[in-house]
Amino acid sequence: MKSTANPVGVAPRSKSRRSSLYKSIVSRYDLYLMLLVPIVWYLVFHYGPMYGLQIAFKNFVPTKGILGSKWVGLDNFERFVQSYYFWRLLWNTVSINLFSLLFAFPVPIVLALLVNEIRNKAFSKVVQNITYIPHFISVVVMVGMLMLFLSSRGGPVNTIIQAFGGSPVRFMESAGWFKPIFISSNIWQNMGWQSIIYIAALSGVNPQLYEAAKMDGASRLRRIWHVSVPGILPVIVILLILDIGQLMNVGFEKILLMQNNLNLEASDVISTFVYTKGILQGEYSYTAAIGLFNSFVNLTLLVLVNRFARKKAETSLW
Amino acid sequence: MREQTPGQRNADEKIFDAVVNIWAALIVVVVLYPLIFIVSASFSDPALVLNGEVILLPKHITLDAYKNVFQNGQIWHSYGNTILYTVVGTLINLLMTTLAAYPLSRPDLPGRKGLMFFITLTMFFSGGIIPSYLLVKQLGMVDTMWALVIPGAIGTYNLIVMRTYFQTSIPWEIQEAAHIDGCSNWKLLSHVILPLSKPIMAVMVLFYAVGHWNSFFNALIYIRSKDLYPLQLVMREMLLISQADSFDSSTGMANKVLLAESIKYVVIIISSLPVLVMYPFVQKHFVKGVMIGSLKG
Repeated sequence: MKSTANPVGVAPRSKSRRSSLYKSIVSRYDLYLMLLVPIVWYLVFHYGPMYGLQIAFKNFVPTKGILGSKWVGLDNFERFVQSYYFWRLLWNTVSINLFSLLFAFPVPIVLALLVNEIRNKAFSKVVQNITYIPHFISVVVMVGMLMLFLSSRGGPVNTIIQAFGGSPVRFMESAGWFKPIFISSNIWQNMGWQSIIYIAALSGVNPQLYEAAKMDGASRLRRIWHVSVPGILPVIVILLILDIGQLMNVGFEKILLMQNNLNLEASDVISTFVYTKGILQGEYSYTAAIGLFNSFVNLTLLVLVNRFARKKAETSLW
Repeated sequence: MREQTPGQRNADEKIFDAVVNIWAALIVVVVLYPLIFIVSASFSDPALVLNGEVILLPKHITLDAYKNVFQNGQIWHSYGNTILYTVVGTLINLLMTTLAAYPLSRPDLPGRKGLMFFITLTMFFSGGIIPSYLLVKQLGMVDTMWALVIPGAIGTYNLIVMRTYFQTSIPWEIQEAAHIDGCSNWKLLSHVILPLSKPIMAVMVLFYAVGHWNSFFNALIYIRSKDLYPLQLVMREMLLISQADSFDSSTGMANKVLLAESIKYVVIIISSLPVLVMYPFVQKHFVKGVMIGSLKG
């Protein structure tokens, strides 16, 4: 009686499973109705572009449409791999990420460990809330700030350099400075926000472990190393996997805004190249192929690293 | 292990605390200083800013730059556009994300696993920028507001966060009880689930609204007419593009150039203000939001 009146209740095990499945779908038709628009949206705006990716293997001519354009096999990919820019783009893209992993990835971890050691709870809250703020600054403002601060005319950084007798440096117009500036400003903007997850993980570490370590005479530093760090290691591994799975993606919008002819040597990355060649110059097939190459490398890396982590660190995404 | 007297140990602890506090204070200064400098520079005589005489507090306080910005029609027009895009965009985001998240949070929904796979797959593989651009173009959305709010209607990550919240923070028994009372799923969502979901909605509003407010790239590729420019695009022109030419004119134009420099600081402030004002109110919630997301990442 109850189960027919109550659509949520688990349907009783009937002899024919198909009819009970049918019943439980029909009785929840309104849930599917809710899902209808989002699913259609996913089909159009996520699976639509995946379908459109076939232009990577075609010579896409907008007037002929996707289906009417001719297949060209791997021509677009070959053209990219053999192009003059290929190694420069690949190196810039990968190196920005490798340097970020090396220099930026540990910062939020260290910040979280530091915050965790602050005894005055009010001060600890202040530190947290202040370090979150830059996360909410827009990319345009961030790059605008960089230009103002690093300007060779009256920028505070150059003022300091000159005060110490140095000559002004044109930071934003130099290829050599591009990556250090990009990465360090990323650290400034995101360390607080990214530390949230580690701080939360630290608060979940069993306090008895600290007590036990203290009894054994471990110093604070040793307690951090032997209790805190192992406590958040799974989180670190997960975030590391995710980051490596993004190795071919860079903070595209920020790079685009920081890019100029004078630093192009260091700032030309795959995604900005796709933007300039594709959207500005209309080479759709060629750049769609480059984009596909990019996603493919990312996905492969993600799967490989995840498999490696599952074996070695017993932590994985899936 | 080294023998330590309790006194020694106490001293060590104190030194350690001091070092921790000094480092923390240093970090706070590094984060805050650029922000304070921007505010001070916006109120100062631009000539002093350019000479590097403004270090922390404003010098020769002037409101010229503010006056200039307040009279600039283009800025306020684009400000209005951004408010419109943010409000409409966030409403669409909330509606779409909730409509997807709620059914998917129901443990009794047949096909839920398949649907979740269909959705999470898009986090790891996408068609990329070019096919998306061609699609939006083909749908006739270019140079309309819709190009800015429809293609990003659901953030998959946010959808998962919201779904996890529904699953973990709202007792399933309540939903079952409502059903026995003859409550339809629509009513259940609007009268039971949503009133219990204020914290997660606050987080969603923050994430989505800040995203709309700060975004410039979609407008850069989809918006052609200046009339529709959002604030960030106008700022891009003022902050980043005008940079090069303002350097050349050093003679008669000096004053104008100086003013243009301090206007940059003002623009940065007025564009960031709404987000920073909102910040303390939602600050409590968003840590929770980030945590829910990571719980089931």
